[in-house]
Amino acid sequence: MQLEHAQPTTYNDKVVRQFSIMAVVWGVFGMLMGVIIAAQLVWPELNLGLPWTSFGRLRPLHTNAVIFAFGGCALFATSLYVVQRTCQTRLFCGKLASFMFWGWQAVIVAAAISLPLGYTQGKEYAELEWPIDILIAIVWISYAVVFFGTIAQRKVKHIYVANWFYGAFIIAVALLHIVNSAAIPAGYMKSYSAYAGVQDAMVQWWYGHNAVGFFLTAGFLGMMYYFVPKQAERPVYSYSLSIVHFWALIFTYMWAGPHHLHYTALPDWTQSLGMVFSLILLAPSWGGMINGIMTLSGAWHKLRTDPILRFLIVSLSFYGMSTFEGPMMAIKTVNALSHYTDWTVGHVHSGALGWVGLISMGSLYYMIPRLFGQKQMYSVKAIELHFWLATIGIVLYIAALWISGVMEGLMWRAMNADGTLAYTFVESVKAKFPYYFTRLLGGSLYLSGMLVMLWNTYKTATNGKPVVVNIPPVTAHA
Amino acid sequence: MEITTLRVLATVVSFLVFVGIAVWAWRNRDSSGFKEAESLPFIED
Repeated sequence: MQLEHAQPTTYNDKVVRQFSIMAVVWGVFGMLMGVIIAAQLVWPELNLGLPWTSFGRLRPLHTNAVIFAFGGCALFATSLYVVQRTCQTRLFCGKLASFMFWGWQAVIVAAAISLPLGYTQGKEYAELEWPIDILIAIVWISYAVVFFGTIAQRKVKHIYVANWFYGAFIIAVALLHIVNSAAIPAGYMKSYSAYAGVQDAMVQWWYGHNAVGFFLTAGFLGMMYYFVPKQAERPVYSYSLSIVHFWALIFTYMWAGPHHLHYTALPDWTQSLGMVFSLILLAPSWGGMINGIMTLSGAWHKLRTDPILRFLIVSLSFYGMSTFEGPMMAIKTVNALSHYTDWTVGHVHSGALGWVGLISMGSLYYMIPRLFGQKQMYSVKAIELHFWLATIGIVLYIAALWISGVMEGLMWRAMNADGTLAYTFVESVKAKFPYYFTRLLGGSLYLSGMLVMLWNTYKTATNGKPVVVNIPPVTAHA
Repeated sequence: MEITTLRVLATVVSFLVFVGIAVWAWRNRDSSGFKEAESLPFIED
């Protein structure tokens, strides 16, 4: 029992538990959608000839489910866990935190119903119609109040760097979502964008790329800065580097969006600006990656025996790989080959499956046993199995789409001596069959790893029971 | 002031602020504040 006005003595982990479990559940759902549409690309008849199960409707369901349902729940769970522990205080306003959980689940269910029905704003990663957008904004602002309220009542002097990254993620996503979703309603599930023409495109990709930069990067870097040191049992390699890393990301990411619009109606200078900032981004990305990986310096042997640490460190390797590939693809002459091909899809998945997926899974494997009063997951062997299923799946997936993407790019631009195109479009589609099949195989392996995680989570949760964790008595921190 | 001048100024000032942050963070790398901050994840152990 908590007395009113008394200092709370325990953490609020209920909402962390809820979000952790749902991250695993939605992970399975979202990745299953991905496998289904990957199979549709190999055998188009699998769309069953129905509008609700067609590729165009299930694809946004897949992206929304993996990014916002799986990634979102993982971010909420970890950020609310980390902010309480590094601030030595209970979550601010528990009721609002509960609302956040149920509100976010309502958003996901609304997406899972409205997208197959064909309701969409037609903006990539921002497809949901305006009433759902309003609910997202309300939930997000509640999140900001809970998170920053907790920081405001911290019992320690410093704000740990992980919280800076989570905080930037919360503020930037609020800004991006509200600006890009501005629309004129034309019915209860129909609206038109507030912007027109190339401005609309630029606002969309300012949103789109910063969704990558702040939702899929800054938030997960928050995970990195807490769970890598915890699992490695040593502080982050360089706290100075973490500060420079943070501000470098903040100052550069916002400008990289135009690389999504190379060779379009967007003014040429804007495209070049986007390209230059994308190239600059390599520096903070790799600075952050090095800071994470070097945290293990002196403890490399742990990688041999600790599968959770392997999830975290391999995820950083994929982060390094995709943040090298990204700037390269943003160079206009490279983009002339890669744009609109499967290379882009492969690139996104090396970041999504490799970086975002693996770091979330590693962090959840750290948290889940502790949330249920256990020392470790029910089966450590199963974590090991998950790691290999996921890693082999990712490698198959991205290698297949590299080959397929470069091949189709070259086929599209190949010309005969008289200036006519060497290949018809359908020839390039036909040539991709074996690579699409390999991609389906890789995706299925990744999904099967997630099913192993679901089983392991279920066993861990039912073997233990929800525990209440005490806030350690405040030590004399100057 | 012309809008372009304002934009140039904002860009230059932002850049200088960033350089300032980097220099500050580097010079403080051995400070007790950073040591204290980096140990925050471990106070419960």
